[in-house]
Amino acid sequence: MSVTTEQLADVATLARLKLAPEHSQSLTHAFNEILSLVDQLQALELESVKPMAHPRDENQRLRQDLVTESNAREAFQAIAPDAQEGLYVVPPVIE
Amino acid sequence: MSWEVVIGLEVHLQLATESKIFSGSSTRFGAEPNTQASAVDLAMPGMLPVLNEQAVRYAVLFGLGIGAEIGQRSVFDRKNYFYPDLPKGYQISQFEQPIVGRGSFAVTLADGSTKTIGITRAHLEEDAGKSLHDAIPNASGIDLNRAGTPLLEIVSEPDIRSAEEAVAYLKTLHTLVTYLGISDGDMSQGSMRCDINLSLRKPGSTEFGTRTEIKNVNSFRFVERAIASEIERQSDILEEGGVIIQETRLYDAERDETRSMRSKEVANDYRYFPDPDLLPVELSDAYIAEIASTLPELPDAKKARFQAEYGLGEYDASALCDSQALAQFFELTTSRAKDPKLAANWILTDLLGQLNASGVKLQDAPIQPEQLGHLIERIKDNTLSSKMAKQVFEALWQGEAQGNVDQIIEARGLKQVSDSGALEALINEVVANNPEQVAQYQAADDGKRKKLIGFFVGQIMKASKGQANPQLVNQLLNKTLG
Amino acid sequence: MMDMQSIKQLSDALSKKQISSVELTRHFLSSIETHNDQLKAFISVDEDRAIAQATQADKTLSKGNARALTGIPIAHKDLFCTEGLATTCGSKMLANFVPPYDATVVQKLDEVGAVTLGKTNLDEFAMGSSNENSYFGAVRNPWDTNCVPGGSSGGSAAAVAAGLCVAATGTDTGGSIRQPAAFCGITGIKPTYGRVSRLGMIAYASSLDQGGAMARSAEDCAFLLEAMSGFDAADSTSSDRAVEPYSEQLNHDIKGLRIGLPRQYFSADLDAKVRELLHNALHELERLGAVLVDIELKQAELAIPVYYIIAPAEASTNLSRYDGVRYGYRCEAPADLHDLYTRSRSEAFGEEVKKRILVGTYALSSGYYDAYYGQAQKARRLIAEDFQQAFKQVDLIAGPTAPGPAFALGSKTSDPVAMYLEDIYTLAVNLAGLPGLSMPAGFYDHRPIGLQLIGNHFDESRLLAAAHQYQTQTDWHTRKAPVFAGGAL
Repeated sequence: MSVTTEQLADVATLARLKLAPEHSQSLTHAFNEILSLVDQLQALELESVKPMAHPRDENQRLRQDLVTESNAREAFQAIAPDAQEGLYVVPPVIE
Repeated sequence: MSWEVVIGLEVHLQLATESKIFSGSSTRFGAEPNTQASAVDLAMPGMLPVLNEQAVRYAVLFGLGIGAEIGQRSVFDRKNYFYPDLPKGYQISQFEQPIVGRGSFAVTLADGSTKTIGITRAHLEEDAGKSLHDAIPNASGIDLNRAGTPLLEIVSEPDIRSAEEAVAYLKTLHTLVTYLGISDGDMSQGSMRCDINLSLRKPGSTEFGTRTEIKNVNSFRFVERAIASEIERQSDILEEGGVIIQETRLYDAERDETRSMRSKEVANDYRYFPDPDLLPVELSDAYIAEIASTLPELPDAKKARFQAEYGLGEYDASALCDSQALAQFFELTTSRAKDPKLAANWILTDLLGQLNASGVKLQDAPIQPEQLGHLIERIKDNTLSSKMAKQVFEALWQGEAQGNVDQIIEARGLKQVSDSGALEALINEVVANNPEQVAQYQAADDGKRKKLIGFFVGQIMKASKGQANPQLVNQLLNKTLG
Repeated sequence: MMDMQSIKQLSDALSKKQISSVELTRHFLSSIETHNDQLKAFISVDEDRAIAQATQADKTLSKGNARALTGIPIAHKDLFCTEGLATTCGSKMLANFVPPYDATVVQKLDEVGAVTLGKTNLDEFAMGSSNENSYFGAVRNPWDTNCVPGGSSGGSAAAVAAGLCVAATGTDTGGSIRQPAAFCGITGIKPTYGRVSRLGMIAYASSLDQGGAMARSAEDCAFLLEAMSGFDAADSTSSDRAVEPYSEQLNHDIKGLRIGLPRQYFSADLDAKVRELLHNALHELERLGAVLVDIELKQAELAIPVYYIIAPAEASTNLSRYDGVRYGYRCEAPADLHDLYTRSRSEAFGEEVKKRILVGTYALSSGYYDAYYGQAQKARRLIAEDFQQAFKQVDLIAGPTAPGPAFALGSKTSDPVAMYLEDIYTLAVNLAGLPGLSMPAGFYDHRPIGLQLIGNHFDESRLLAAAHQYQTQTDWHTRKAPVFAGGAL
């Protein structure tokens, strides 16, 4: 498979990235080279193979329902780009 | 043309855990913004989720409560999208392997009929934070206290055919989850929110029409109104030969209409995939059995038992079982009062009336079952007339005499006089003072006598300062007047 | 000459008061001062913190309750969060990020009294095999400053190789400890997935990332790894299996140890000189009692396509949290929300990171998921099963760490595929969650070559013992790079 620059721009939008116009050609080329590297997987017959999401076959451990965290807003918001009145500030969210 | 309405509901139920689903932050409602947002909730770099056991337990309890298949192996997935109230840029949810599979429960409709609504699945996920639009000028403020609160998303089959059925479904679900103790069900705090999938089709058709999804409706009344207005909107379009666009809509309560959510420049593609930070949740048979052993008596079973064990009618049993707390109030009251019907009447009429009028919740009511039972006991042993009992009830509600029924009776001098000797003396006095009325009475036929006797009863009640036992007075008068 | 001494020797000197931790720390700080401009191995150095920790270590030492690492100056790859000390991940996105918490690994090493000199350079978000993808500049290889040190833990590898620290932490998602260790002539071990906590270790690809140790020798790695490892309740993927005392098991007998040589790793494609060096090293192991067995890893060629789908897929969503809202880089005057996201991310992520986010986003997107991600997950199982088959026959597997020695800076930057092929021998280990080690095995011209040893799950002890015993017979790991701190204390 391969993608066009336009298709790649859609993927970029999904990832909230913008392709620089001067690089979009070369990036599309590089992207398609990577696709050609991974494309061989599509030819494999793997119908009966169980997908593997984790490197080891273990179960999720469960945490006891305890409140262990205390308020650390000051420390967290000290490193925020914009926090006011205890809130993280962003351009208006329109619903 | 009339259309068949097809509705499926997705309910987001906030689970009543102390801490969040993947972090140790408190889930308490109403805290200062971002004071309950930990490094995990804020998606700080390097932070990792660990699953809260109680959330799993509650989900399983729900599944068992509706007789559903329990996913003995369930998987958490990432649902990817960018939004400021979603700190990681993905929501941890369950997609292909939910913790609860197919189930169902019956709902009772206004005409007394029941209908079974299928549950497709229920899965665990984390809640998002909140965007506040008024706090900061020309900007939105993000509060992440709610981010990571455990939710159980309960998805119904498209089995619902009207707004009435939808509301009945939601009320039954609400009763069920509060019985199970897995949620406080407090809709005003967003503990139960509802997405409505609605489409219309020609009656008899087996194909579904194009549906719209109305997001985040948070009261029974709004669900009813949102459905009504969406049915109207869709049928208007179809009548005119138009087509329904599959989209997400919002219900605007002020205008009483649904409106399309601003369509995003790119269609959502959530790119679900198994969250590599979390492992599959495998539940053993023993673990599920252990949870099953904690299942409380559920509403339908309780209702049946109330009818059989206490001889209550369908209506009373149903009303008492509306909430587990109310049913328990009834049982505790009855265990003291030894009169289920009287207890049911007092609870459903007087107590609920008072609670509604004052806006007090049952658990905060100044009258507890012990006291109501005691009060009923005093009615049954003839200490109180029902009129007096209402006064004592009122006094109890006001917290008089630390809620001690006997002390209130004593202090208010409300004891009913049931001593026949004392009553006879009073009767004789009244009879002696009213020879004319006695003569009239004795001359009258049975029909008139019934009216005339009221005069004597009134006089005696007056003379006894309202404390004479009216039934006994009647008996004795009949004897005296002949 | 303290620079070439082992942790054991230094620890001994510290206990005997032949030197203090403060003196040792000052020595390394001054070496960093001298060489870092040239090598760019460190992104940040925190002198005050290091001296304070050393002072504390000296107190512990004088009380006589020191541990092996007490007072030993080390460095952390700059993706382990350090409370109060900038943690950049080699990215403009986090250039000013000062975490209010420590990674578990950092906490554990602090607890045993190790001294943190600073944070080492890396490929941005650990994505790269040459360390050329750092916002803070490319790291140079101390053996040849025209060459790359490997990546992504290139800063850690170069720092150890140049004598700027005794040992360093690294992380390995597809070879990021082993390949730079090989390029810089040091020893590096990536343990079994789940052995080292990932909490506070900034994620690249969560199901592949694993922290590990980099030092001159296997013995030094053993000390570092046993202090870093262990169960962490805050990491769901952390193993609760007890940590073995690696440093005490280094001399466990390797006589009869069966070492598998996958035909696919020693094929005709392998550079002849590399093959020769590896064979020499393997014969040395044979001389020590190991038995060499030819084996097959039939699925070896799947590692690259599987890795380059799974890692970018996980990365694409792991990196969604960098949105300019709560921390990190935020663009100037965003017009609206979309602009805030798009510009913050586009301005602050480097090209390689963006490329992998795009590949990952594509591989997960609707219509392509089954063909790419779904298929990769299945093929991943074939790779894991392939290894389990092999481990029925052998105890360890040996192969090259990389196809060749360190390459020249800039020589592969324009060809992503050539760069990705650098990891051809290391990727499968991460996909299967196995432990892997690279140790110096000779020189290709003047540049070091590494031999990779792969163990079954939780077989770190055996890997370290084999490498240690090899190192008792060879001196590759004690050779000094041309750029070396040197100097007497």
